[in-house]
Formats: sequence, C-alpha cells, structure tokens
Amino acid sequence: MKSKLLIVTGLLAMSLPFTAQAHRLWLLPAATVLSGESPWVTVDAAVSNDIFYFNHHPLRLDNLTVTTPDGADLEIQNSHTGKHRTVFDLQLTKDGTYKLAMASGGLQARWETEDGERRFWPGRGETPAHGEFDTAVPQNAKNLQVSHNSRRIETFITAGGPTESALEITGVGLEMKPLFHPNDLYSGEQARFRFLMDGEPVEGVKIALIRDGSRYRNSPEALELVTGEDGLAVVEWSQAGMYWLEAEYEDERAKAPAAVRKGSYIVTLEVLPQ
Amino acid sequence: MLRKTVVAILFSVGTAAAAQSSEAILNLEIPRLQVAEYHNPYVAIWVHSNSTGDIANLALWYQMDERGEGEKWLKDLRQWWRRSGRSLEMPADGFTGATRRPGRYSMDVTAALKALPAGQYTLYIEASREVGGRELLKLPVTLPAITPITAEVVGESELGAVAFQVKP
Repeated sequence: MKSKLLIVTGLLAMSLPFTAQAHRLWLLPAATVLSGESPWVTVDAAVSNDIFYFNHHPLRLDNLTVTTPDGADLEIQNSHTGKHRTVFDLQLTKDGTYKLAMASGGLQARWETEDGERRFWPGRGETPAHGEFDTAVPQNAKNLQVSHNSRRIETFITAGGPTESALEITGVGLEMKPLFHPNDLYSGEQARFRFLMDGEPVEGVKIALIRDGSRYRNSPEALELVTGEDGLAVVEWSQAGMYWLEAEYEDERAKAPAAVRKGSYIVTLEVLPQ
Repeated sequence: MLRKTVVAILFSVGTAAAAQSSEAILNLEIPRLQVAEYHNPYVAIWVHSNSTGDIANLALWYQMDERGEGEKWLKDLRQWWRRSGRSLEMPADGFTGATRRPGRYSMDVTAALKALPAGQYTLYIEASREVGGRELLKLPVTLPAITPITAEVVGESELGAVAFQVKP
C-alpha cells in the first residue's frame, strides 16, 4: 500500500507545471517608438495574471537596469510604487534603442525530511546569501532535487532610429536574440525569434504570446510556439497591439550541484499597425 | 497646305522639347473637416523605389517651433517615420515646412524627381492629425517623368483628392 502511494505522489510531483509561477510579470512602456528631442516615456512594472491589467502586485525594481544605446546605465526617474503597479519615467536623451532588463538566477532545492515533510530552499520571497546552499541544504536528503533557475524580464524602447547594441545577449540564462528589431514590428509581418540558454540556441523552448486587452474578449487567444532547431520560432503578427511573451525552457545540462537548469524569459513587444 | 505644314512642324518641335521640359506636378487637397477641435495635419510625401527601396522625400509639413516640440508627433506619420523620418535630423533641408490649413495645394516636384534614377516608384502621401486620424495614400510613378500622365487617388478621411500629373 505504502509503495503505491509513494509512486502516485511521485507522479503528481513530476506533473506539476514547470514554472509553478503563480503570476505573470511585465515591464510595460507607454510607447516603444518615440520621436523628438530627448523624449520622455513612462513605464509600468507589475505582477498580475491578466494582460495588461494591473490587479495584483507592483513589481519591485531592485534589479532593473536601463541600458542606453551606447552601453551606459540610465537612471529611472519619478518612480512610485503603488498598490498594483510600480511606475517610473525615463528621459531618452540619445537616439537609439534602450534596453530595460531585470535578471536574476540561482540555485533552488527541494527535499524531504526524515518524516516525509517537504522542504525547499530558498524560502519564499527570500534571496539567499552567497554560498548559503552548502549550509542550508542537507546534501544527503531524501528526494533531493537541485535546479538552477534563471529569470529575465525585458523590454525595448527606441528614440529616433533603432540601434543594435541593446539586442546583445549576456550568455546567462534564457535569452532572446531576435532576428528582427523589437521596435520595428508591424501588423501583417512575420518575426523570427531565436532563443538561447546560457548562450546556446536551444530547441524545445515553450513560448506563449498574449496580446493586450484580454479583459475584452472571452479567450486569452494565447499563441503557443515551440522553438525548433537553432532555437528558432516564427510568428506572424495578425494584429497590432502590445504583446506579452513568456518563454520557458528546462533541461538537464546543468552545472553541479544542480541536476536541472531552468530558464524563464519575458518580454513586452509593441506591434504597430501598417 | 501651308497651314498644315506649319502645324506639323510645330508639333514635332513640341515633342522634342517635352522630353526636356516636362513638368511633374503634385496636387494635394487637405479636406475641410467639421470637427470641434481642428488642428492642421502633419503631412509627409515621399517616393519609394519599387526595386531598390530607396526613398526620396518630397515634403514634410509639421509643427515647426523653436524648441522642437512639434517633433514629438512625427512618429505618428507611421510609414514615413519607419521608412525615412527616424533616420533623419530635423529640420531637414529642402523639404520641410509648416503645417497647412485645409485647401488645395500644388507642388512642382520636377526637380526632385529628375534627381532620381529611372524606374518604377510609389509615391506616398501620409497625413496624421492631432485628435484625429491618420491616412496613407499611394500612387504609382514611373521615372523619368516624361510621358504625359495623370494618376489620381482620393482619400477618405484625412486627405482629399491627390493627383500626380506629368505635363509636356
């Protein structure tokens, strides 16, 4: 009897959704294509399930970097964290493409105690100290699963003519290296995406694309894609609008002590009408 | 007999001259609209080579002010911004000007078109109006513009009748 129960529990554990992420996150610029001298733009950051409806939590900007077209850091201005969203302004004093990015990553572990209680590290909402893994996680624990999880949230804004430096990847975690410019998207056109994990194009990245305004329709109308060889996927933009894209990937090519590496990538893209 | 001969000679002289002196005129109408708050539209006119994709700007009418604040809305001329505007420094030489009120306008584009290599082009006219809409019209143009022709298109909202005419 006991063994059957354990097997069932094991199966359930394995069938839990990969991200087990309760909510969606995003950075949402008011516009991504700007003209004029040193234009200002406002950006929202939130955690919420509905695209792009702020009804849950603001997104903290602790590890947000805004990179200018010439590789410098741009300070955000007038930031305010409210009940449901964080908002800030940017003044784009140089022409070109700016990248807004938040990236984090680290080890995660799950195990069972002697009594069969589930444990996990780091604790919910905690950021572990460097090297804490060795002391916090019992190395010989029952059903120990160690993964390396990375997450990246991005968006792009262009003042004047688009430039390419913002499209460079870091080679860490799951990233997008698009075969298009993210601020040059128009309805009726195709876009080819390439996804890389730790700098290498990977097949099997699961992508979900959702257009703004989900509240005004019965179906989220999520477009689902999977990358093929060379990490490529193709989308045809049938409608203009702001899109939320989430990509997820997992494999076992992880560095010890992790057995599994997982990557999550989110980007907000604006598609303009022709 | 003499009169017919004179007429024939005049005609043939005329044809030879046409190749050198033909005029290319663009007639454009900005419609008068019955709206509570009216602002002159931003208008961009350009030709685009169907083969090379090269662009030549013929006109850009926008709010030209000292502080360059009017440039903020240039991006609303979506196609023009994408194909040309975003790579330019404003104000650009030779084709920029202030916005115009509703009315009929006639532009001599002979010199501008003469500078372009022969081929098939599309002439675009794009208009965007504050608290209003945006419209994009196009006309086919063959260069050099020497064969007398009139190409017309009529807008439905932000633009009225547009005619491209080559006159001998």
